Amino acid sequence: MFLALRDLRFARGRFALMGAVVALIAVLGVLLSGLASGLADAGISGLRALPVTHMAFDEKATSEQFSRSTVEQEDWQTWSKTPGVERAEPFGNTLANAQVTQGAMKGEQVNLAVFGMAPDSPLAPSPGKGEGLKEGSAGIVITREIADLGVEIGDVLTADKSEVRLKVVGLVDETVSYGHIGVVYADLDTWRHLHYGLPGDLPEAASRQATAVALTLKPGTDVAAAEKATGTLAETKEATFDASPGYEAESSTMALIKGFLYVISALVVGAFFTVWTVQRKPEIALLKALGARTGYILRDALAQVVAVLVGATALGTAVGLALGSAMIGKAPFSLSAPAIATSSGLLVVLGTVGAVVAVRRITAVDPLTALGATR
Amino acid sequence: MTTPATDHQAAADTDRSGGLRLDDVTLTLGDGDTAVTALDHVGLTVAPGEFVAVVGPSGSGKSSLLAVAGGLQRPTSGTVHIAGTELTALSDKERTAARLRHIGFVFQQSNLLASLTVREQLLLPLHIDGRLDTTARARADELIEAVGLTHRAGSRPHQLSGGERQRAGLARALMTSPAVLLVDEPTSALDRVRSAEAVRLIAEQTHERGTATVMVTHDTAIMDAADRVYEMVDGRLS
Repeated sequence: MFLALRDLRFARGRFALMGAVVALIAVLGVLLSGLASGLADAGISGLRALPVTHMAFDEKATSEQFSRSTVEQEDWQTWSKTPGVERAEPFGNTLANAQVTQGAMKGEQVNLAVFGMAPDSPLAPSPGKGEGLKEGSAGIVITREIADLGVEIGDVLTADKSEVRLKVVGLVDETVSYGHIGVVYADLDTWRHLHYGLPGDLPEAASRQATAVALTLKPGTDVAAAEKATGTLAETKEATFDASPGYEAESSTMALIKGFLYVISALVVGAFFTVWTVQRKPEIALLKALGARTGYILRDALAQVVAVLVGATALGTAVGLALGSAMIGKAPFSLSAPAIATSSGLLVVLGTVGAVVAVRRITAVDPLTALGATR
Repeated sequence: MTTPATDHQAAADTDRSGGLRLDDVTLTLGDGDTAVTALDHVGLTVAPGEFVAVVGPSGSGKSSLLAVAGGLQRPTSGTVHIAGTELTALSDKERTAARLRHIGFVFQQSNLLASLTVREQLLLPLHIDGRLDTTARARADELIEAVGLTHRAGSRPHQLSGGERQRAGLARALMTSPAVLLVDEPTSALDRVRSAEAVRLIAEQTHERGTATVMVTHDTAIMDAADRVYEMVDGRLS
């Protein structure tokens, strides 16, 4: 770094300009990562929180399975008897509208992402405040997003269509969302009323249905036979995220934007160091003529590249974090350390790749040119 | 910095008594119809402490002489010995190491690195060689004083005059105590008075430090300081 550091100092204006571009890209990278994490949280944090490994959907539902799939009692019974299946239980998922009919927010409309499960199942929430679910009570457990609207324990919500009265019995004080809507937990029969929009007693057929079979499988379990017997398809929990409305489109859009950002960054860095290296050609020839090996000059140049990239990325990441913290709560935004580390790390790595292509020109410089044009 | 054992071997074999010797060196550039004979059976011996000037017009082959003598270019035929080592028998890597340790160059153009101070220009060859220590720093200060740049030690090239740049280049070339000093058109950017001063300094350092010095120039007015003067015409030395 003997020469690299001195060049940085000497040509600081030029390096500062390029560093500023990289830093701004890093800021954008942090904000995009935060937005992607925020969107993911809003889209699938409810699913992520479920203590299962797989979900089995009706095989006829090939996309948006959570709104299209229906499974029967026999299905989860068959699944639970399959070797390697630790647990199989019905899981209900539906979106519902309700109105606060009793409580401070009386008259307020709320959207609910209703997760139905047996109250004694591990899927059922253990609320930090109030009580858990009870069979046949039409009590629901709300999560932070619903509580943020002003709904409290003890309030009563009345669902549209089914007119079921939902009494808020507990609160999980965490952001648990599904499709950008706050999750409420209900017992299966309450869920069925909301799902089918039926007031009064449930028809016999409906009372044996759920959306999917929530599975906890031992690693390596062969599910083919159970899938065939039940007419269902088991997917890993992570794969079910794509079944959540809009999630796949959101995450692929964010990935596309980020991908372009990295490519642009690598090209900018590559272009800068190409110009820089071409400009340095006489000095490189001089260094070689003095007896510096190509490896010495390359190491020096790469150290400079990494110093600039790491410095600029660190600065940009810090600014991005500061801006991002201000955005939390105002937008679907959450700062996840691994996502930001990946984003910043990729920026440095791909920038270095771009620069390596540029500084490879050093290899081709002929020391003879140091002797001047006339020979 | 790792150094192959062969470099140490080459360094150990070096004996300064050899100076510089070119035997029957021919350099042909290009091939076929466009081939040019830049050096035509050149023989030249320069003893340690001897200052040889080579004059000739542009295109006479002067720079090719420096390129071959300094290990920047392999001759088409003939041999080059530097301080007893046959330069023409070394591999590319060994030649690079030999340039670093046994040959001092003072170039006409782009002689200095823009971002380094005079002092750092001198330290650079030793940093490249991984030998940057207090001895090196003391030697740098001593050489800067010898060329009269002590007050300029912290200046960068753009702050120096043409003559000061030339002197800084000379001091850097002497940093590694080279057996051979090769000087390319030292006066091209200088006026008459400064030219005479610069060449006198080269002669002085050559005699004092025992380098075998070859200076090429087209400026016939500065030859007086040299011990011997050759003329180069169409690649032939006379």
